[in-house]
Amino acid sequence: MSMPNKADCFSSLPFWQNGPAPGAFYNFPGTAASSSNYNDCGIQRTQTPMVTGSSVIGIQYKDGIIIAADVLASYGSLARFRNCERVMKVNDNIILGAGGDYADYQYLRSLIEQKIIDEKCLDDGFTLKPKSLHCWLTRVMYNKRSNFNPLWNNFIIGGIEDGKPFLGTVDKLGTAFSDPVIATGYGAYLATPILTKAYDANSQMTEEEATNLIYKVMQVLFYRDARSFPKYHLGVISKEKGVEIRGPIEIEHNWEVSTMGRNQLR
Amino acid sequence: MQFRNQYDSDVTVWSPQGRLHQVEYAMEAVKLGSATVGLKNKTHAVIVALKRATSELSSHQKKIFPIDKHIGIAMSGLTADARMLSRYMRTECLNYKYSHDNTLPVSRLITNLGNKMQTCTQRYDRRPYGVGLLVAGYDDQGPHIYQTCPSANYFDCKAMAIGARSQSARTYLEKHLNEFMSCEVEDLIKHGLRSLRDTLPNEADLSTKNVSIGVVGKGTDFKILDEAETQRYLSEIEGDDKRTRPSDGDAPSDDRPPQDPPADPLAQDPQVAVATEERSAAMDTE
Repeated sequence: MSMPNKADCFSSLPFWQNGPAPGAFYNFPGTAASSSNYNDCGIQRTQTPMVTGSSVIGIQYKDGIIIAADVLASYGSLARFRNCERVMKVNDNIILGAGGDYADYQYLRSLIEQKIIDEKCLDDGFTLKPKSLHCWLTRVMYNKRSNFNPLWNNFIIGGIEDGKPFLGTVDKLGTAFSDPVIATGYGAYLATPILTKAYDANSQMTEEEATNLIYKVMQVLFYRDARSFPKYHLGVISKEKGVEIRGPIEIEHNWEVSTMGRNQLR
Repeated sequence: MQFRNQYDSDVTVWSPQGRLHQVEYAMEAVKLGSATVGLKNKTHAVIVALKRATSELSSHQKKIFPIDKHIGIAMSGLTADARMLSRYMRTECLNYKYSHDNTLPVSRLITNLGNKMQTCTQRYDRRPYGVGLLVAGYDDQGPHIYQTCPSANYFDCKAMAIGARSQSARTYLEKHLNEFMSCEVEDLIKHGLRSLRDTLPNEADLSTKNVSIGVVGKGTDFKILDEAETQRYLSEIEGDDKRTRPSDGDAPSDDRPPQDPPADPLAQDPQVAVATEERSAAMDTE
């Protein structure tokens, strides 16, 4: 080896690595001033999500918006964390649902919560609006992907702006659009057709009709999406009743069908 | 040498009376600019400004600047400083629009602007902005008129006038304050013009050349009225009685530089203890 005393990042560090030089301050690793070997391998960026949530679905009904997401956070195909809420209240007129990397969601949630606190501190009578948050999230997501370090999420934002319901989505590339019916992840394939069909048949659903529809769709997702779970949260926002996060709601399921065909063939 | 002041060498120096002379001098710069008036009703905010031409050969200097579709400013004082501030305000509005797809609330813009202006009053290597602004804006909370000063104070106003001889305009505004809230935009503009006219010396009058009108409000983006529209409003106030113009000394003049309070033998600037009477006498003759 040409540099026998220079450890690479895979080998263990010498005993007094990062220790203070005589008369100097202790040098913590990871800080800018650090001359540690921890940084010799460069930085690492997200190339694949680790702990992930699956689909998020959202639909507009007569008075507002409903967003739903199950409570499972998978580690690969392992159903690792089975009680993770993925729908949040942002403020009195915004709700948000998140799929994809759960840690990235938690990071973004803390950013948003701080943003809301900052705004409350101004105390100037203005509150964040759903379209503004949707735009801001789009900028954040696009900026992160432009640094080749995306937040690996699909977000659905629902809210009331100027008395009208708003439903929009942003993905990890910063692709954004708004629509009365949105589903992300596997739900884009499995849930969108059902939701669109129901919405086209009746765009003025009552809250009850909409929650029943969401229940059916979450049930379909549980049956057909292998990374799903029979428990979900609902975020409901309406002009009259404001924001409500409901759940966990259990999905009834029956797997007898899976053995029926086999028994007949035997 | 008579007006030399020991305590105005830079902005960070206090006078023993507790005043910052540099800041007060900057406040005087506002009064050197021509007058401008701002007022609002329930739905709209209007700014009216008197433009000056430096000579017969030059055009009239612009006094009203659009900031965004919901904000415009009228300035009095150093034009170059006003342009710095307007560029800052435009950038702020643009950034907010980029990140939030919405117009920046007027109060937030003014808060940011106030903070920016304040730093100049607390650093020895800076000077205060020598300009006063009247900001007309419209947002979810309705129309706004804000006044900003070189001292970095800002005020949320129902109506305000700044600039040379603006006391006369303020007198008019105070007199008619109760009419503004309930009147139409057209009347609001006319009130603005009449109050602006009161600032003119006897020999001068308003014309499409020396008047600039800016309007913003519910359903109307900020716009500066063109010559034809300005003429229409000017002819509509032509018949009205002109207020008898004050002969000199009628209205309290605001054109004097800051004066120290009346000499009070008990509250004089503290004298340096080691200075001898001989020396202080010598200094007076300088």
